[in-house]
Amino acid sequence: MSDRIFGVVGILLSIGFAISAFAIQESFLSDAVGPKAFPLIIATILGLSSAVIAFRPDPEPAWPALGRLVEVGASVVVMLLYAQLLPELGFVIATAFAAAYLSWRLGSSVLGSILTGVGTSVGIYAVFHLILGLSLARGPFGF
Amino acid sequence: MELLANLGDGFAIALTWQNIGLALLGCFLGTVMGALPGLGPSNGVAILIPLAFTLGLGATPSLILLTSVYYGAMYGGRISSILLNIPGDEPAMMTCLDGYPMAKKGMAGEALSLSGIASFVGAFLATWGLILLAPQLVKIALLFGPAEYFALFALAFMTLGGVSSTNQAKSAFAAALGLGLAMIGVDTQTGVPRFTFGEVHLYDGLDFLVAIVGLFALSEVFIFLETRHGEASGSGRKLEIGRLTPPWAMIKQCTPTMLRTSFLGFLAGVLPGAGASLGSFISYSMEKRLVDKEGTFGTGDPRGVAAPEAGNNAAAGGALVPMLALGVPGSGTTAVLLAVLLSLNITPGPLLFTQNPDVVWGLIAALFIANFMLLAMNIPMVGLFTRLLLIPPRILMPIVAMVSFVGIYGISGSTFDLMVMIAFGVMGWILRKFDVPLVPIILGTLLGNAMENNLRRAITIDNGDWFTLIDSPLALFLWAIAIIGFILPLIIGAKVKKGMHERRDEEGAISD
Repeated sequence: MSDRIFGVVGILLSIGFAISAFAIQESFLSDAVGPKAFPLIIATILGLSSAVIAFRPDPEPAWPALGRLVEVGASVVVMLLYAQLLPELGFVIATAFAAAYLSWRLGSSVLGSILTGVGTSVGIYAVFHLILGLSLARGPFGF
Repeated sequence: MELLANLGDGFAIALTWQNIGLALLGCFLGTVMGALPGLGPSNGVAILIPLAFTLGLGATPSLILLTSVYYGAMYGGRISSILLNIPGDEPAMMTCLDGYPMAKKGMAGEALSLSGIASFVGAFLATWGLILLAPQLVKIALLFGPAEYFALFALAFMTLGGVSSTNQAKSAFAAALGLGLAMIGVDTQTGVPRFTFGEVHLYDGLDFLVAIVGLFALSEVFIFLETRHGEASGSGRKLEIGRLTPPWAMIKQCTPTMLRTSFLGFLAGVLPGAGASLGSFISYSMEKRLVDKEGTFGTGDPRGVAAPEAGNNAAAGGALVPMLALGVPGSGTTAVLLAVLLSLNITPGPLLFTQNPDVVWGLIAALFIANFMLLAMNIPMVGLFTRLLLIPPRILMPIVAMVSFVGIYGISGSTFDLMVMIAFGVMGWILRKFDVPLVPIILGTLLGNAMENNLRRAITIDNGDWFTLIDSPLALFLWAIAIIGFILPLIIGAKVKKGMHERRDEEGAISD
């Protein structure tokens, strides 16, 4: 069943791609092929392969229980927050929080995950910023 | 003797303190990444690219660092195969079959050192193969026009699913998805924006480094979170090694095996769509058929350890041939290496050998040096690497995630790129659930624009005649191979895949 849904989503994607390809503004100066042709070929392959996936599905993949899906979803949210807050909080603080969260969710104890978070963040800061001179996000405290 | 002169120039480039240091660092990191389940050659190289890039390394030093990681990972994968019966990366899965039984018999040290020697032989011979074969391939490639290049790109995509693929529809889907992503941005020939939906950040296209790191490194983190696999695979087991020198008789017994499988592995590496995993698989199967008279394979036969290790290391060298000579990689890790070259504004392919001989020969010389370093690291120092197997993923995976973020942020300093990377990570995780290969997606985003340009150039030259694509014998030949390569797995794919994936590395199952 999963593969059938996947195939249908793929077909919709290919239709969307083809519609956007038709909507490309053509320039008055164009080569013989133009900017639309190759995307349309791709949309065709995308659509055909999705149709085959939908009609001849593979065995069901092993989906995790709902709890694990929530887990992955929560970590995605944490990463998105990290990306947004990085310039606000500075590299060291933001990274310590994000790494500690991931370590905690992978089964570290609370103390262990705090140590992993701080260690990862300070370690990366020392190696990449202090030794190698890479510029990292600066927060209000300058690190 | 031009060849030796070139090689001499290469050594002059590679033998600087910086390059030797980078090779040493690459070998060490590569072996570590290969040994740790969950990090393999392709995602290992992927997370290091942005770093090499932001540190301002030139083309030759970056390539030396990253190919050393690639070679190192091929060495390192065997360590956890032998000691834990868990392949450290995909190409090392065949090493489990005889390596682990040997370790159970108390011969872990012999198995590790023998496989180290086999890896060395495979990689050493393959580097010579690269030197001899690549210039010949360049001569053929100089005959290619745009139509032939278009056919060659099509060939790469159609065969990339590989002989081991059972669902070609999913490979085709992945290739089309990658090509589609490459279309985003301003069209290079007419200057009109495509698929940007008014988002200014998308005008210069998606950065393929962002896509690679997201798909390969972040998706791995999600897989570990989903299975909540936080404990080290090596914890709670005793990792005894024993003596670290194989008896002379054992080496002698394995020498013909190593030579045969090096050759076979090299061929598997050069052919499109095969790569190191298949190299080690066919090496093992062929040796089993050829020398296993007493049925000792699978019960700890040293030849069963030497065969896949020589095979996968030789394939790693072989896979560099089409990448350097044609600019069309045949495996995941070489696709990632191609991304390095492209982001340094170097176009691989026949012109690379004439325009940037320093890059090519410096790289080849560095491969020889790295190979000796790896032999030295992997026999006396193997105890150090076995201790690394005790690092649990609950510490390792946050580090992998954070290094990925640092690398991408270091390149652009933009939050938008980080968001795109997370999106690719989630996409990679979902697609891996569906068994959709990720390598064609990467190759699509890398080569999509070059492929389209060649198509348009070919047809424009011929005044809009689409039949120009199948006009020359060379193009017809390439199309024929492409079609055979696409159809063949439908017939024999299921059988090969069954043999190969009996014991796969479930968490690190991105093919090399």
